[in-house]
Amino acid sequence: MIGGGGEEATAPAPAAEGSQPLDWKFAQVFGERTAGEEVQEVDIISAIEFDRTGDHLATGDRGGRVVLFERTDTRDHGGHRRELERMDYSNGRHPEFRYKTEFQSHEPEFDYLKSLEIEEKINKIRWCQAANGALFLLSTNDKTIKFWKVQEKKVKKVCDLNMDLSRAMGNGPVVSSSISASSKSCMANGGFDERSSGYSSIDTSLPSGGLSSLRLPMVTSHETSLVARCRRIYAHAHDYHINSISNNSDGETFISADDLRINLWNLEISNQSFNIVDVKPANMEDLTEVITSAEFHPTHCNTLAYSSSRGSIRLIDMRQSALCDTHSKLFEEPEVPGTRSFFTEIIASISDIKFAKDGRHILSRDYMTLKLWDINMDRGPVATFQVHEYLRPKLCDLYENDSIFDKFECCLSGDGHRVATGSYSNLFRVFGCSEGSTEATTLEASKNPMRRQVQTPTRPSKSLSTLPRVLRRGADTSGVDANGNAFDFTTKLLHLAWHPTENSIACAASNSLYMYYA
Amino acid sequence: MAMIDEPLYPIAVLIDELKNEDIQLRLNSIRRLSTIARALGEERTRKELIPFLSENNDDDDEVLLAMAEELGVFIPYVGGVEHANVLLPPLETLSTVEETCVRDKAVESLCRIGAQMREQDLVEYFIPLAKRLAAGEWFTARVSSCGLFHIAYPSAPETLKTELRTIYSQLCQDDMPMVRRSAATNLGKFAATVEASHLKTDIMSIFEDLTQDDQDSVRLLAVEGCAALGKLLEPQDCVSHILPVIVNFSQDKSWRVRYMVANQLYELCEAVGPEPTRSDLVPAYVRLLRDNEAEVRIAAAGKVTKFCRILNPELAIQHILPCVKELSTDSSQHVRSALASVIMGMAPVLGKDATIEQLLPIFLSLLKDEFPDVRLNIISKLDQVNQVIGIDLLSQSLLPAIVELAEDRHWRVRLAIIEYIPLLASQLGVGFFDDKLGALCMQWLKDKVYSIRDAAANNVKRLAEEFGPEWAMQHIIPQVLDMINNPHYLYRMTILHAISLLAPVMGSEITCSKLLPVVINASKDRVPNIKFNVAKVLQSLIPIVDQSVVEKTIRPCLIELSEDPDVDVRFFATQALQSSDQVMMST
Repeated sequence: MIGGGGEEATAPAPAAEGSQPLDWKFAQVFGERTAGEEVQEVDIISAIEFDRTGDHLATGDRGGRVVLFERTDTRDHGGHRRELERMDYSNGRHPEFRYKTEFQSHEPEFDYLKSLEIEEKINKIRWCQAANGALFLLSTNDKTIKFWKVQEKKVKKVCDLNMDLSRAMGNGPVVSSSISASSKSCMANGGFDERSSGYSSIDTSLPSGGLSSLRLPMVTSHETSLVARCRRIYAHAHDYHINSISNNSDGETFISADDLRINLWNLEISNQSFNIVDVKPANMEDLTEVITSAEFHPTHCNTLAYSSSRGSIRLIDMRQSALCDTHSKLFEEPEVPGTRSFFTEIIASISDIKFAKDGRHILSRDYMTLKLWDINMDRGPVATFQVHEYLRPKLCDLYENDSIFDKFECCLSGDGHRVATGSYSNLFRVFGCSEGSTEATTLEASKNPMRRQVQTPTRPSKSLSTLPRVLRRGADTSGVDANGNAFDFTTKLLHLAWHPTENSIACAASNSLYMYYA
Repeated sequence: MAMIDEPLYPIAVLIDELKNEDIQLRLNSIRRLSTIARALGEERTRKELIPFLSENNDDDDEVLLAMAEELGVFIPYVGGVEHANVLLPPLETLSTVEETCVRDKAVESLCRIGAQMREQDLVEYFIPLAKRLAAGEWFTARVSSCGLFHIAYPSAPETLKTELRTIYSQLCQDDMPMVRRSAATNLGKFAATVEASHLKTDIMSIFEDLTQDDQDSVRLLAVEGCAALGKLLEPQDCVSHILPVIVNFSQDKSWRVRYMVANQLYELCEAVGPEPTRSDLVPAYVRLLRDNEAEVRIAAAGKVTKFCRILNPELAIQHILPCVKELSTDSSQHVRSALASVIMGMAPVLGKDATIEQLLPIFLSLLKDEFPDVRLNIISKLDQVNQVIGIDLLSQSLLPAIVELAEDRHWRVRLAIIEYIPLLASQLGVGFFDDKLGALCMQWLKDKVYSIRDAAANNVKRLAEEFGPEWAMQHIIPQVLDMINNPHYLYRMTILHAISLLAPVMGSEITCSKLLPVVINASKDRVPNIKFNVAKVLQSLIPIVDQSVVEKTIRPCLIELSEDPDVDVRFFATQALQSSDQVMMST
C-alpha cells in the first residue's frame, strides 16, 4: 500500500502568527494513486493519529493493518529522552516522515453466537506512553481493542554451542558442519523428553568446582529489525460497535465507547472493564440517541466528554459516582425556530469530538459544521464554521445515497488557534478560531492543495443572510459549478490529524496519505 | 565442537537452550538456571553466566520474568553474600523494562538480595544503583527505583541519607503519574526506615504533597499511606498530621478516594487513640456509611464489624448501629450483601442483650431479602450468632429462608446453600435437621443439574461424618438406597457416586451388609454407563471391605462385567480386577 516517498520541500515555513492565514504547502504523499489505478477496498485508510511528540504517525486501514511512520527531520535522536517524555520538543523545519513499519492488527472474525461478521477495519488508533525506546499503541476494530508494542529487536546469531549436531541427532544425516539456529532448535525439540528426566540425577552429582568442559553459547548480533507484538487484547466488552478509544492522562487507564456504552479499562488488565456510561434504555424502542464519540480530558483524569447522535456533548465527572448516569455539563445548540426539516436531526448528529490541548475547548463536527465549545459556557458554541454549506440544497440526494451518514473527523492545531475537517471531493478545510481571525481555507488532498482556491466563487452564500449569526464563517462555495456537479461524493476525506506541535496536517484520501505544512 | 561426557549431556543441552528459538525451551533453561550455575561452578557463574545474562536481556517478557525471579535466590550459586553484588547488573536492566510484572519481580529480587548484602557492599553497589534508576531516562527506571529506597536507606552514611530523602521527594513530584504512584505506594515502607526526626519533617511534607496531587490515582495511594504512616508516628503527631488528612479524604470529591478511606479507616483508629477516634473518625465513618455512592457504602458496610471491634460497644450502639439499620434496607443489593457478609460478626461485639434487641430484627429482615446473595451471606456466618444468642430465636425465620434458597431457580444459588448445609446441621442440631432439612438433602440428589447432584452426594457424606454412622443408617442410607430404582439412569449414577463416598465413612460392616448388595445388583443394569460405574465403585470398595468379601462377592461380579459386550464396561472392570490383584499381592 505504501509506495510513495516524500517530496523535497524547499520553501521554509513562514513564522505563522495566530491570526495570519496559513500558506499551506504540499509536503509528502504515501501510497499515491496513479491515474486509472483501482483502489482496493482493504487499502482505504480508516484512522490517522500522531503520537504525543509528533515524531510518529500511525494509520490504520480497512484491511486491519496499522502502518507506522517516523519523523526523519528531527535533531539527532540522541536528545535526552527525559526531555522527549516531557514533549517540549520543537523544530524549525517542517516535519518529514518516512515509512517505519507495518503490521496486521486485526483479522476478519466471525461471531458464531450472534452470527455476525466482525470486520477487520481499524476504527481508531491511540498512542500510549513510549518507554525504553519501544512504541506502544492501542488499535480497535468494531469489537476488539489491542495493545501493541513496536520495538527494535536484535537479529541474533548463536554459535559456540556445547552439543555436537551429529551426536544430538543420533543417526540422522549431518547436513552441514556449521550450526544454524533452525537446525539446532529441531535437534533440541527432538530429544527433549528423554533428557528432562536426567536433570535430577545431575543435580546431586555435580562437583563443587564446576565442570570446565561446559561453555555458554556466544550470541552475536549485527542488525536489528522492528517487531510488533500484541501485548494485550481487550475483548468481549462491547455489544455494539466501538466508535472511540481514548487514553487517560493518568497513563494507566483508557475508555472505549460503543453506540450505547462507555467502558473503562486498565491498560494492564485485559479481562475486566468497568461500565461507566450506559445510555441503553430498558426498552430498545425508547432509544432516541446513541453515543457517537468519546474522549478523555487531556489533563483532568476524571473528566471525559461524549457526543451523541442528537448533537449534544456531555461532560462527565467520574469522581461523582461509579456509573455516570448523570452528566455534569451538557452542551447543546438550541434549535433555531422555523428551521426544522426532515434532515435536521440527521445532520445534527456529531461524528467526532476533540479536546483542545488546553482542555478548555472542545471541537465537534456534525454533518454541515464544525463547532467550537468552551467548557465553561454551555449556552452554545463559541464559534461555528460552515464546512460545505453549498450541500444544504442537496441534502435529499445525500440522504438517498447514504452520504449524509458519513462520519467526518475533526482536529485542532497544537496551539488551539486553528481547526480542520474534511469534506467531499477530497477537500478539507482549515479555519482560524482565534479572536478576529477570518481564516477559512479550502485545500485539496493532492500534490497541489490550493488548486481549488484558484477558482472564483460562483455565487454568494445564501445561508449567511438567512441565518444571522455573528460567527458563521466559511460558507464559501469555491469549486462548485453552477449545477453543483463537480463534487464527488465518493471521494470523501473523513480522516485527518494535526501535528501536535507544528502546523502540519496528515489526511487520508482513500488509500493515500497526504501531508501538508505551513 | 566440544566433546561432552555422557553424564553432562543434559546440562550441555540445557545451556545451549538458553538461546534456543523456542521460547518454551528457553524458559525451561532459565527455570533450571541454578543447575547450570552449579555445573559451571561459582567462579564461572560470576564471570561468565551472569554477564551472559546481563547482555542477553532483550528476550520475551515471559523469559525475563523467570530470569528476574531466579536471580533473586541466586546468592548461593555465585559464592555467597560477599559476591552478591554481581547479581545487581542484570537485575538493574530488568527493572527498567516496559512490562510491569517483570519490573516488579526484578525489584522484589533486588530487595531480597539487598537485604542480605553486607553494609559496605550496599554503599558501594546498591545505593548507586538505586540512584541511577531514580535518575533514569525513561519512567520505567524511575518507577522501579521507588521500591528500593527502604533497602538502600538504612545502611547509607549521613550525607547520603540526606541525598536519598531529597531524591525520593523528587520522585514524588515526577512529571509522570506512574512514577508518583510508585512513590506513593512505597512511601510507607521507606518511611519505616527513616529516623523519627526526619519522619516528621521530610516524609510528612512529601506525604502532604501526594495527598494534594491532581491525579486521583495518586491520591488513592496516598490514602493507603495514611495507615502505614499513622502506625509509625507518635499518637499526638498522628492526630495533628494524619487525622486532618484522612478526615479531608473522607469528604474528597472523588468517590474512589472515599472508597479507599472506607476500606482503610479502621486501621487508623488504633494509631490515633480512643479520643480522636470518637470525636473525628466515628463521624467520618458514619458519613461514609451514608455516602451517596453505592460503591463507597459497599466498602464501608464491609468493614462495619472490624470498625466496631475497635470501638467500645456503647459507641457502636449509639453511632454505628443506626447506620447499619439503614444499610439493611439500602437500595443497592450489593450494599446489603456486603453488610450481610459481616453483620453476624457484630453479635459478639455488642453482647447478648443488644444483639437480641437491635441486631436480631436486622438479621431477620436480611434473611427475607429478595436478593439470594444477601440471604446466603447471613446463613454462611450463622455460627457467630449462635455463640451469642443461640439458634432458637433465629430458627423460625431460618427455615423458610433455607427452603426458598434450596428451591431457587438459579443452580448456583442452590449450590451455595448446599455447601452450607453441614455448617447449618452442626449449628441447628440433629433434631431440627431431621424434621426440616433431611428431605431437602434427598431432593437435591434428584436435581436437574449435575453440579447440584454432585454436591448433594458430597453433602450426604459430610452429614454422615457430622452425625455419625448410626444416625446415617437411620436417616440417610435407606432413603439414598431407595433411589437406586429411579427410572432415569443419571439419577441411578448419582446414587452410585453417593455410595462410593459414604462407604469409607460408614465402615466395613455397613458397607458389606447394606451398600455392597445394592452395587452388585446395579451391575445387572441395562445401561452400560451404570455398569462401568459399578466397576469403578467396586474398585473403590476393595480397600474398605474384608478380603473374603472381595473374593466372594466383588471379584465374581467384576469378572462377569469384564466379559460384558460393552468395551467401556470391560475396560473399567479389568482395571478394577487388576487393582484387586495388587491389593491381594501386597497383603
